[in-house]
Amino acid sequence: MSTPQTLYEKIWNAHVVEQRDDGTCLIFIDRHLVHEVTSPQAFEGLRAAGRRVRRPDLTLAVPDHNLPTTARLDSNGQPIPIADPESAQQLEALERNAPEFGIDYINASDAKQGIVHVVGPEQGFSLPGTTIVCGDSHTACHGGLGALAFGIGTSEVEHVLATQTLQLTRSKSMEVRVEGELRAGVSAKDVVLHITGVLGAAGGSGHVIEYTGSVIRALSVEGRLTISNMAIEHGARAGLVAPDETTFAYIKGRPMAPSGANWDAAVAYWRTLATDPGATYDKVVSIDAADIAPSVTWGTSPEDVLPITGIVPDPSAFADPSKQEAARKSLDYMGLTPGTRMTDIEVQNIFIGSCTNSRIEDLRAAAEILKGRKKAANVKWAIVVPGSGLVKQQAEDEGLDQIFTDAGFEWREPGCSACLGMNPDKVPAGERCASTSNRNFVGRQGPGARTHLVSPAMAAAAAVAGKLTDVRAFAN
Amino acid sequence: MKAISRVEGRAYPVGLKNIDTDVIIPAVWLKTISRAGLGKGAFESLRAVPGNVFDDPEYAGAPILIAGDNFGCGSSREHAAWAMADLGISAVIAPSFSDIFSGNAFKNGLLAIVLPQAAIDRLMEVARTDDIHIDLETQTVTTPFQDRFEFEIDPFRKHCLINGVDEIGLTLKSSDAISVYEAKLSADRPWLAPNPV
Repeated sequence: MSTPQTLYEKIWNAHVVEQRDDGTCLIFIDRHLVHEVTSPQAFEGLRAAGRRVRRPDLTLAVPDHNLPTTARLDSNGQPIPIADPESAQQLEALERNAPEFGIDYINASDAKQGIVHVVGPEQGFSLPGTTIVCGDSHTACHGGLGALAFGIGTSEVEHVLATQTLQLTRSKSMEVRVEGELRAGVSAKDVVLHITGVLGAAGGSGHVIEYTGSVIRALSVEGRLTISNMAIEHGARAGLVAPDETTFAYIKGRPMAPSGANWDAAVAYWRTLATDPGATYDKVVSIDAADIAPSVTWGTSPEDVLPITGIVPDPSAFADPSKQEAARKSLDYMGLTPGTRMTDIEVQNIFIGSCTNSRIEDLRAAAEILKGRKKAANVKWAIVVPGSGLVKQQAEDEGLDQIFTDAGFEWREPGCSACLGMNPDKVPAGERCASTSNRNFVGRQGPGARTHLVSPAMAAAAAVAGKLTDVRAFAN
Repeated sequence: MKAISRVEGRAYPVGLKNIDTDVIIPAVWLKTISRAGLGKGAFESLRAVPGNVFDDPEYAGAPILIAGDNFGCGSSREHAAWAMADLGISAVIAPSFSDIFSGNAFKNGLLAIVLPQAAIDRLMEVARTDDIHIDLETQTVTTPFQDRFEFEIDPFRKHCLINGVDEIGLTLKSSDAISVYEAKLSADRPWLAPNPV
């Protein structure tokens, strides 16, 4: 009988093209997603060296980071040019590079356009058991389907374009087991914020994390994508959730997914991927679902997580001296005083979107809270940015857009938007944003912007209350 | 990749933990289609603080940066490595690095050297007055005060750094092995071929 293996080991072993004596492996890449920000220099490198793209059929390009989320087409149906010349130049580069190198390209005004990490699963491009890369750290997202997915830099983008492989060394494995039943008002986002608080921003460093346990099994694919998406926020190379019936049901019938006899063969293979009984991880972390509350960040690292019932910590309370200094700087930037209740913090901006929380389930959760309510007067800017044109369409079919606009939100076109503010969607300096995105870094949502990471339902509740608030008081 | 085996000179004593990629180079600078010129956006938010080490003439042109745990966490943007190189930095010393940053640094011949916190504390002290010397061949960081810290580095990366190896060129030598793998994949898992979008 063969040695029991983890899901990670199975995927890794199935993708080794060559192994060198020092342990470095040449790993085959099944899927490569390309966007406009981290690819221009890679294509330029190929051109300079006279190299071609080895497997354009395994590569999919879609613009997302720079696109304004205002209307894309004018009244005559013609594309509206991007005003920012640098953003326009990046978009043009991708529009030129994709056809030149024979890569499928979803253009900015196509209904299929969206954030790469929403588009991949939605189109059936991302599949269980595959290796998926993209020049974006939140590629870990696709691990929610049971794919080994991770972000790479531009040199590696060029390497994958040229060779369809990467030179990699095997990571360590970690199991994060979440058992029990989620309490009312607690979503997948709260679970992953809580995990990040427990592990710390570097806790998963050097590891690929498999999320297991009854809580993960009970989550929808959307929820699993949210969790795996933020694997990078606790430092992991990638996150994984074993594929199961929930996964198969999600993928079946998607345009780029296997169909017919291929579907049956694929599912039969995917069923073999789950971690074997008796397989061991290098590290195991257990989390009790009962300990997870609706969560919120107070500082400028995603590890700065508190339950919404918490108070802003005193930096001197941290044991680690370098964390004390970091916390002092964070509080200074965030304009917060130790001892303040999180529920007393007013917010002026609300952002519902990003590859973490812009899928249909996220929009439904936010709309559920907002139905029949309005944003508070002190909330100046509240936007919903669906993860893709198809998510947007579905939400409109369900009447969610109306709920959002009735509540005083702006209903936007898909893209990365205010998660990182490469397009015009930015939070003004000194103002706060309750944001469903993934990073509360200094200046992330705009220079001087103060970000509090929350779930979609918590963001919606904050909009109504005008301050961070406990969504459990809003149960409809 | 340019070959690198030694770095010597002053070091920016930064020291903070969790210095993320948005601190190294904010997103607004990512709109370029070139690798060059990003130094002017490097560490923008740290440089906005009066008296910061980057604008202190004492450290002008320093080729080394000393930081705390988890340096380069966050985004996969290789612009972080490009920006640091453009600023004239050839090596970062920290107790730990994010995996992606570490890879990006390597691809650009920027040394990402891991030393324990105690060594970092000592180097932070030395950096305020004196030069620091890094030797990749012997895998050591030394100071004029007889401090000597050994560091680990993946042998393959060491070889590539010292010899300035073009990694894509190296992998392309395995083209036949890749073709064999692809043929086997088509036979074993034909369903992997995506339908066109």
